[in-house]
Amino acid sequence: MQFFGGSEISPSPPVPTATGNNAHMMYVFNRNGVCLLYREWNRPLHTLNPQQDHKLMFGLLFSLKSLTAKMDPTKYHFVSLSLHSFQHQFSVAVYNFLLMMRSAEKGNLGIPQLPGQGCSFHSFRTNTYKLSFMETPSGIKFILVTNPRTGDLRETLKYIYNLYVEYVAKNPLYTPGTLIRCELFNTALDQYVRSIA
Amino acid sequence: MAAIYSLYIINKSGGLIFYKDYGSKGRMDTNDSLRVASLWHSMHAISQQLSPTIGCSGIELLEADTFDLHCFQSLTGTKFFVVCEPGTQHMEALLKVVYELYTDYVLKNPFYEMEMPIRCELFDINLTQAVQKDRVALLGR
Repeated sequence: MQFFGGSEISPSPPVPTATGNNAHMMYVFNRNGVCLLYREWNRPLHTLNPQQDHKLMFGLLFSLKSLTAKMDPTKYHFVSLSLHSFQHQFSVAVYNFLLMMRSAEKGNLGIPQLPGQGCSFHSFRTNTYKLSFMETPSGIKFILVTNPRTGDLRETLKYIYNLYVEYVAKNPLYTPGTLIRCELFNTALDQYVRSIA
Repeated sequence: MAAIYSLYIINKSGGLIFYKDYGSKGRMDTNDSLRVASLWHSMHAISQQLSPTIGCSGIELLEADTFDLHCFQSLTGTKFFVVCEPGTQHMEALLKVVYELYTDYVLKNPFYEMEMPIRCELFDINLTQAVQKDRVALLGR
């Protein structure tokens, strides 16, 4: 495809990582939880009606992001005093102060994180599916559900984000925050997804 | 050497019954570890609802930027999960070993009440040995 600005800006399509089944489904959410796109290619089981399914998916991702930001081992955490013993009150106060400053980065569970703030997960796997997740700096979340043997799909999601930028964001008739109804985007997406699986 | 940051065991209702951190990186406040455990229990259940096919038994592996989380759920609903460095191998085997230790030293302990926090010395001792042993054994494979 020649419409991309330059090969250094957008990644070239990655080599197919999985053989066999196609991807199951895909969701695109904006930062307010509005489902901008839901594509389904192979989904034998529908547990909930579509609205509940979208809400549940967004809620799951929101909570998982909160969980991973909290569990991030590279951020320091305020440790209760009972685990350490100090000789002097002054050193205690300084130690607490330093830890408080660092723990401010970690935040508490449930506090909404800005896109890119805090450690975020990029995929999780169950015995029946693998969910790959990517959040863009503008808060657009791309979710791809595939079979569990799929490899790392971060590059794939980046490519899909580029498709979104080209066909949706640059579409003058598209209003941000509404359902995506761009035929070109849908066909390009279908074609690309067929080629990765 | 691949590092384990922490190990959690949750009972079937989602309450934390065992928590052990390995080093200051995995350390968490008591309250926070309880919250994280219940949150994980709920996330595990919700992930089963979103499966495109039948027979989903919940999240087995969560990959984040700075850590991986491996989870094993026994047939009774008790969940064992470990937070480790990204790319650590053989965590599923380690979780199965921990499950075996749990059945031997906790469940067979006549003074242990079901679903209560684990306070069994033999379990702690053998767990420490198992984690050390697995770290060494895995390097040798």
